[in-house]
Amino acid sequence: MDWTALSLSLNLAAVTCAALIPLAMVIGRWLAWTRIRWKGWAEALIALPLILPPTVLGYYFLVAFGNASPIGQAWQSMFGSGLVFTFEALVVASIIFNLPFAVQPVQRAFEAIPDDVREAAWCSGLSNLATLRRIELPLAWPGIVSAVALTFAHTLGEFGVVLMVGGNIPGETRTLSLAIYDSMQSFDDRSAGVMSLFLLALSFVAIALVYGLARRGQGRTHG
Amino acid sequence: MADALHVRLRQTAPIPLDAAFDCYPGEVLALVGPSGAGKSTILRAIAGLASPANGLIQKDSAVWYDPTRGIDLPVQQRRVGMVFQDYALFPHLTALENIVTAMGHLPPPARACAGREIMRRVNLSGLEDRKPRQLSGGQRQRVALARALARDPQVLLLDEPFAAVDQVTRRRLQDELAALRGSLNVPTVLVTHDLSEARNLGDRVCVLYQGRTLQTGEPEEIFNRPKSPLIARLTDLGNLFSGRVSGHDRAGGLTAVDWRGVTVHTHHRPEFAEGAAVAWVVPPAFVVLHRGDRQSRGERENPAAGTVSGIRLLGDTAMISMSPENDPDTRLIFSVAAHTARRNGIEIGGQVSISLLAEGVHLMHPETPAE
Repeated sequence: MDWTALSLSLNLAAVTCAALIPLAMVIGRWLAWTRIRWKGWAEALIALPLILPPTVLGYYFLVAFGNASPIGQAWQSMFGSGLVFTFEALVVASIIFNLPFAVQPVQRAFEAIPDDVREAAWCSGLSNLATLRRIELPLAWPGIVSAVALTFAHTLGEFGVVLMVGGNIPGETRTLSLAIYDSMQSFDDRSAGVMSLFLLALSFVAIALVYGLARRGQGRTHG
Repeated sequence: MADALHVRLRQTAPIPLDAAFDCYPGEVLALVGPSGAGKSTILRAIAGLASPANGLIQKDSAVWYDPTRGIDLPVQQRRVGMVFQDYALFPHLTALENIVTAMGHLPPPARACAGREIMRRVNLSGLEDRKPRQLSGGQRQRVALARALARDPQVLLLDEPFAAVDQVTRRRLQDELAALRGSLNVPTVLVTHDLSEARNLGDRVCVLYQGRTLQTGEPEEIFNRPKSPLIARLTDLGNLFSGRVSGHDRAGGLTAVDWRGVTVHTHHRPEFAEGAAVAWVVPPAFVVLHRGDRQSRGERENPAAGTVSGIRLLGDTAMISMSPENDPDTRLIFSVAAHTARRNGIEIGGQVSISLLAEGVHLMHPETPAE
């Protein structure tokens, strides 16, 4: 087991969740109730990482974050070093390729709250913020926990984008999934097996959690 | 002391509205009309959940909505108590918590006690800790009503409050609301498509059609003396016929209408000129069946005869549909006690004679093509 890679993967997953889930709650809630005409386009854009080959995503990240790009240059002038092949680049890439995994469960959870329940909260004198805190979030939390589980597990397992944007630098950008690949390349089957089993178990627990919460969420919003 | 609610709403799209009515403290105003008439939209506009293009919503001197002056008071500041059609209870909270949520105007320590008192008023004691999914339909409806009352509302809005419960529960809840309203000193607007509910619970009834208020008045007026044939149809009055004014008897206080060869008298209506075409209705309650075995004095009053075309038994009452001899393409409906129908040998295809009580015959201007 490559403990450094595991630690880096867990760190990346935690930072991604911390940054992405609040963002996903804002976007998911907005998508759940907006009636704008281009909602379909916005949803398609967010879902894009689900079907796009990771190498394509990785390529565009490199183009967008490279030293020749405005973002890369701005980063360089602010921090004195380039963005690509750093942990920070992994975090930014991870946030973007996890968008559908975080936004969609949150959006479905908010969509499941009937309009009249929110309206009843307003009629009961609750402000928009109080309605969010006391009515919407308690009803939507299974979707939010699902988003956390999916984002966390997906970040641990991502390979292509991480390899292209991070460059597989030990201790800096080599995640567990890259370590598995490296172990196989160096014929260390045992390490690859242990790490794969770890990711398999974690992914299973995450998916089981998502399904369990989805069932519970249905019971709550249709009480 | 709560004050009157004044509502004037106008818009052409998305739902056309041209509604105007007032509702006074302690009064229940029933909004009736077919689906799509704009009933719920009006209720939502009063609550602040919808903003029509033009209009004025005022609670005594406080203007809640006036787009010309840029006034659109937020829902939270209007202090309305609203019962939604599907109750819209907060599914993750207990019955008591649902009610206490609407008590933001009370200091926190007083809320639970006040919530229990309201639950007692609506016969919910003992169910404080139940979640909505653990309650029956009638109990949920009571929680919704209790939550609306918990707000200490300036206006109470009821959107088809009994639509989602079975008939027996509905009757019981209607009785409970009727008993409760004595203690409510706020304007109450009840949206319903159930005409008997409007009749039983409404102090006044407002008939809506395509977003337009056609007539507002006491139930007795709306259901017995509609302003137009359209309102008669919308209120399911039945017994709508056409005729022509054949004369006025000023001294006798009567106006005579020629109904396809049968003269029908009603109270004096000089606004209808002799010879003018009229529409007229007679509510079933003003149709008297002549007894088969002996004559009575009342038989001299607007007698008519026809063939029984249908009998519908509704418990102890028989609704009889008659095809009048002089106007066979129409149907005249009246009700008698089921035993009366049996005793008089009333059967489909049989002949019956009736009287149309003059006091119940109501004349209207005939429909124009626009209607």
